[in-house]
Amino acid sequence: MNIHEYQAKEIFARHGLPVPPGSVAATVGEAVALAGKYGLPVMVKSQVLTGGRGKAGGVKFCKTIDDVKENASKILGMDIKGHVVRKVLVTPALDIASEFYVGMLIDRASQRVLLMCSAEGGMDIEQVAQEKPEAILKHPIDPRYGLLDHEALELGLKMCPGDVKKARQLATAMQKLYAAFVAADASLAEINPFIFTPDGIGHAIDGKVSFDDNAMYRHADYEALRDIEAEDPAERQAREANLSFVKLEGNVGCLVNGAGLAMATMDLVKYYGGQPANFLDIGGSSNPEKVVNALKIILQDKAVKVILFNIFGGITRCDDVANGIIRATEMMPIEVPIVVRLTGTNEAEGRALLAKTKLHPAETMDEAVQKAIELAGKGA
Amino acid sequence: MAIFVDKNTRVVVQGITGRDGGFHSREMLAYGTKLVAGCTPGRGGQKFEDKVPVFDTVREAVLNEGANTSVIFVPPAGAAGAIMEAADAGCKLVVCITEGVPTIDMVRVMPYLKERGVRLVGPNCPGLLAPGIAKLGILPASIVKEGPVGLVSRSGTLTYEVVYQLTAAGLGQTTCLGIGGDPIIGTNFLDAIEAFNADPATEAFVMIGEIGGDAEEKAAAYIKAHVRKPVVSFIAGQTAPPGKRMGHAGAIVSGGTGTAAEKKKALNEAGIPVAERPMDIVPHLKSIWKR
Repeated sequence: MNIHEYQAKEIFARHGLPVPPGSVAATVGEAVALAGKYGLPVMVKSQVLTGGRGKAGGVKFCKTIDDVKENASKILGMDIKGHVVRKVLVTPALDIASEFYVGMLIDRASQRVLLMCSAEGGMDIEQVAQEKPEAILKHPIDPRYGLLDHEALELGLKMCPGDVKKARQLATAMQKLYAAFVAADASLAEINPFIFTPDGIGHAIDGKVSFDDNAMYRHADYEALRDIEAEDPAERQAREANLSFVKLEGNVGCLVNGAGLAMATMDLVKYYGGQPANFLDIGGSSNPEKVVNALKIILQDKAVKVILFNIFGGITRCDDVANGIIRATEMMPIEVPIVVRLTGTNEAEGRALLAKTKLHPAETMDEAVQKAIELAGKGA
Repeated sequence: MAIFVDKNTRVVVQGITGRDGGFHSREMLAYGTKLVAGCTPGRGGQKFEDKVPVFDTVREAVLNEGANTSVIFVPPAGAAGAIMEAADAGCKLVVCITEGVPTIDMVRVMPYLKERGVRLVGPNCPGLLAPGIAKLGILPASIVKEGPVGLVSRSGTLTYEVVYQLTAAGLGQTTCLGIGGDPIIGTNFLDAIEAFNADPATEAFVMIGEIGGDAEEKAAAYIKAHVRKPVVSFIAGQTAPPGKRMGHAGAIVSGGTGTAAEKKKALNEAGIPVAERPMDIVPHLKSIWKR
């Protein structure tokens, strides 16, 4: 789960990182009032869950109250890569003498939290990584000891050679960011940029945090941080129904058990010239209620012309699954054709049950996918 | 022969009294796995299915029943602790089936296992099944058959699909291994491939990858340098859009890396055929494998 800059900064501030003051405004009037509170000049920054806000004109420096009015009214309601701006962060504008990148993420290769830092702050760090990989310093943090003082200081000195005062501030920021990362169960946390003002004082003026979805259960407070308006409505429903769902652009609605098989099913739809409407993993359950929820979510998309079930009954029995699907379709009338592929334990019994219905049974994945694409074409 | 397990594998199931743990323990017993103990704190002294003793701690299961391998079905909040308990008690192989373990917990677990020389399979995996030897986890016994093919996969049901096709084609397996779909896992492709390469019973093997990370690329480089046995691969998620997590916490294309296209390219360059469809795996294997 991703959160906004202002929310990330609240987490940083709680862990003692030097975050400038700031508040969010939903209207021009609120933005003007905040500018008055903090004193000019201020930055007016769009709060959307995507990168490239600056390039899109969603981050503006404001010298006067008229600037604040003009920019806040432009930015509020602005569309940045499909994300509508509903809030702006108003924060004092600081003089930047130098800027740095400090970020952390879970690294699969080292199986640790990987600290990355660079003197090329402020820029798109992925671009730096591609064009000048040597400009990014990397340090996998040993979970047994954390980020040790000397490790952090050495990295700080590499970024600010000869300037121990600044290197120390950077080192402290790294250690505090690591504490925040672990405490928050983050999957990513970055300060970009960490700046020094001309007086030599460091500030974390922009930040980003993503949470590990697996750890949400131990952070009851995170639900309040979720920006429900920014979420796709179908994906929100799926999340609430505990289904793993991603909406795509095609017309073949897919319900599959298991994430790998679900991806392979989408791939096969494309292989045979069709377009999958979604990724959906219904898990190992034949519970009709779960199937109904999944069908409801998929059928909201009016582009869907056919439903394709691909179920490999390993432990789950195919006759149970067939009964689940039949009961679900009785609970919820469905106008589009439904293709069901069942393989595994008790597959013959499962298919016998389906033979008595209007559902289209199939034996193999390939047969099911081809049949679904053909039916989708007829319905179009 | 098989990888990671043999006739001396003696299993303790952590979470044996839970719904899933109980169901799959019965399946493991029915397959003939030496399931010698269960562990659920507070249930010590009970018997599972009237024969398998249940203990409060893994250490008691190791001391009293000689357990050397653990299979874990405990909920996510306790899974990391359960893995470390099994390792500390002396189990040398730990298979964690649990889905949804917080990633930072796994970061803490890994050095703990390394210090004790313990192999972990998973978390968020179906485990492994060595036909005729042992079933550790949830892979369905009905679809496997003894034979010379090794199989390693990041998926669950997609693994079953491929095993089913292998068996239907008369190609039995030495070991079917699901390594799990999380970003941090105990056993990766490389570990499995080294083991299959060293296992005399495994004559050829199949690797089922998916988008995210670069484990398939690393495996490709290793195979190119060290493996002479026939290998066929499949990569799921060719149509997955970037930035979207496809169910598994590890299955995400981010920053332009981890795509199916990159993985296929690396595998092809290493001389490993990549099947376009799951049903092409068996024909590919037959075409490159001169038995």
